[in-house]
Amino acid sequence: MSAPVKIASPIGGNAGKGAYHVSERGYYGEFGGAFIPEMLYPNVEELRRKYLEVMSEPSFKQEFDQLLKDYVGRPSPLYFAKRMSEKYGTKIYLKREDLNHTGAHKINNTIGQILMARRLGKTRIIAETGAGQHGVATATVCALMGMDCVVYMGEIDIARQAPNVARMKMLGAEVRPARSGSKTLKDATNEAIRDWINNPVDTHYIIGSAIGPHPYPDMVTRFQSVISEEIKAQLQEKEGRENPDYVVACIGGGSNAAGTFYHFLDEEQVKIIAVEAAGKGIDSGESAATSVLGHQGIIHGCKTLLMQTPDGQITEPYSISAGLDYPGVGPMHAHLCTSGRATFKSITDDEAMKAGLELCKTEGIIPAIESSHALAIFGNTSFKSDDVVVVALSGRGDKDLSTYIDHFGL
Amino acid sequence: MTTNRIHKKLQEDKKILSIYFTAGYPGPEDTVSIIQSLQDSGVDMIEIGLPFSDPLADGPTIQESSTKALKNGMTTARVFEQLRDIRKTVDIPLIIMGYFNPIMQYGVEDFCKKCADTGIDGLIIPDLPVDVYEEEYKDMFEKYGLANIFLITPQTPDERIRFIDSVSDGFIYMVSSASVTGAKSTFGEEQQQYFERIHNLRLKNPQIVGFGISNEETFRAATHLAKGAIIGSAFIKSLNDKGKDGIPDFIRTIR
Ligand SMILES: Cc1ncc(COP(=O)(O)O)c(C=O)c1O
Repeated sequence: MSAPVKIASPIGGNAGKGAYHVSERGYYGEFGGAFIPEMLYPNVEELRRKYLEVMSEPSFKQEFDQLLKDYVGRPSPLYFAKRMSEKYGTKIYLKREDLNHTGAHKINNTIGQILMARRLGKTRIIAETGAGQHGVATATVCALMGMDCVVYMGEIDIARQAPNVARMKMLGAEVRPARSGSKTLKDATNEAIRDWINNPVDTHYIIGSAIGPHPYPDMVTRFQSVISEEIKAQLQEKEGRENPDYVVACIGGGSNAAGTFYHFLDEEQVKIIAVEAAGKGIDSGESAATSVLGHQGIIHGCKTLLMQTPDGQITEPYSISAGLDYPGVGPMHAHLCTSGRATFKSITDDEAMKAGLELCKTEGIIPAIESSHALAIFGNTSFKSDDVVVVALSGRGDKDLSTYIDHFGL
Repeated sequence: MTTNRIHKKLQEDKKILSIYFTAGYPGPEDTVSIIQSLQDSGVDMIEIGLPFSDPLADGPTIQESSTKALKNGMTTARVFEQLRDIRKTVDIPLIIMGYFNPIMQYGVEDFCKKCADTGIDGLIIPDLPVDVYEEEYKDMFEKYGLANIFLITPQTPDERIRFIDSVSDGFIYMVSSASVTGAKSTFGEEQQQYFERIHNLRLKNPQIVGFGISNEETFRAATHLAKGAIIGSAFIKSLNDKGKDGIPDFIRTIR
């Protein structure tokens, strides 16, 4: 018998054939593409040409896996939430991304991208951040690799996320305030893109979610796909089957959701629930529920659903959770939404805060407010008693203490 | 191949001075009077900026003008309203520079048609990549007689420049250095080499240099080999400092 031939496949596997994966030209259905100014073309094109090849190299995969294991602390547990399951009469599993180093799923992507940046010979890293989670995860890997790091953050976010600003500084990053436009995440992203235009040769831009021009959404998704890869193996062990009945995740730009859904996209029997932030209510004028309020348009280099005025000006979303107030969603999610593959739900600030506190009391876990949105669906969705529901607990709540304190008057 | 005011202007035996400004800035009703004053001051061509909330390729000066114009209540429809009778008094080439999202929301074909009706000669859409343009929109733009202008930068490979040249009809917008828009006071050795490299490619379309042109010195350096140059941020700064009355003086300092 001959030995099985090993064909190198990129991280995330040789997907790309199913209807929900990115096409060769960078589209998910009608969404995606690379709508970038010519100044960015050489950088984005280099990445597009090389990302799958680099992600297929055995030495790259080995280095990525090793760091995820030894530095990030993977695999993250798939925890059967017994008391919550009893309360809601179904089987609830939590994928514990909150236990990762730096406290959220963001680090899976930054580890991958910093290794990619090194393979491309880049010496300087830039990133955008809203709440500061992605900024901290980027500053962390830059410290780890000894690379220069500049993080753009809206002036308003700098004021309301002081502990994460301090963390980034301690980790050696320079935090630059974005003072343009609405001075929040979308403007920080604009500033990072402008920096990249100004520094086209030595700099790599580590985008923090499954957004941006092709190949970013696919690259970020592949780095995050370790989440669903682990879920499959862990469920096999605990339930004797790889596929749950439901996977649930919150969506800002959509990176934790993309990673959680990835290996289930083509398994149509697995139902996908994406949870957006309704803010103070869908019709309140203060919301971030892009799938309901958004229309097709172009933001940060990709065609997707985004919140905008009839004139095409991008509007400022609102959510109590800084990680969910992005005016768009990644193009993969726009396609999952319009094709009907995923069900989109929206959860208000109050519902999310209540669900967050409930997890503290029933399971002894303080979740990030982003993740609390995903948990809140148990309040308005019914599941069967033998359904297996996997929820991505994308991050821990340390960063949100002051919001919890204010909200509940603790 | 379309023949419009841009092509005629480019055939003139002179270096082209083109000015960029943002519609509806500084005041909401300044659009037409600025165009008029620029023509009266001897400018060869004008780029009218459509205000956008997220102008990725622009530096602080143009960003702020865009934000202010939006605060002034500008919309794409309002820009067209203001320009409705522009061809009664203005005969130099007019180009609209805008980001793709507002144009998509207006409807790309409606937008092109409105441009044609208004007497707009060309479009610069920095985030509409040449590949997408060629496949999806080229025929439409040509049907309405609009020249679409593409950017190249010092990092653009020769092969891609040739591709852009083959798809372009009008001129090629040479971004002077790796940067967003913004005024510079001089050009260095690197820029000179880039200008020479592009000159030596002998492209079919003339080149006009933009980004970083601010004064007589940078205008002269940029147009030594290229057909013309575009001034944006420095003009807007002058509007900030001296207002509309300062336009003739500003243009006189350039050439
Ligand atoms: C804990 C946590 N979850 C979710 C998100 C939302 O991002 P994404 O939709 O890319 O997963 C963030 C973003 O900051 C976050 O910090």
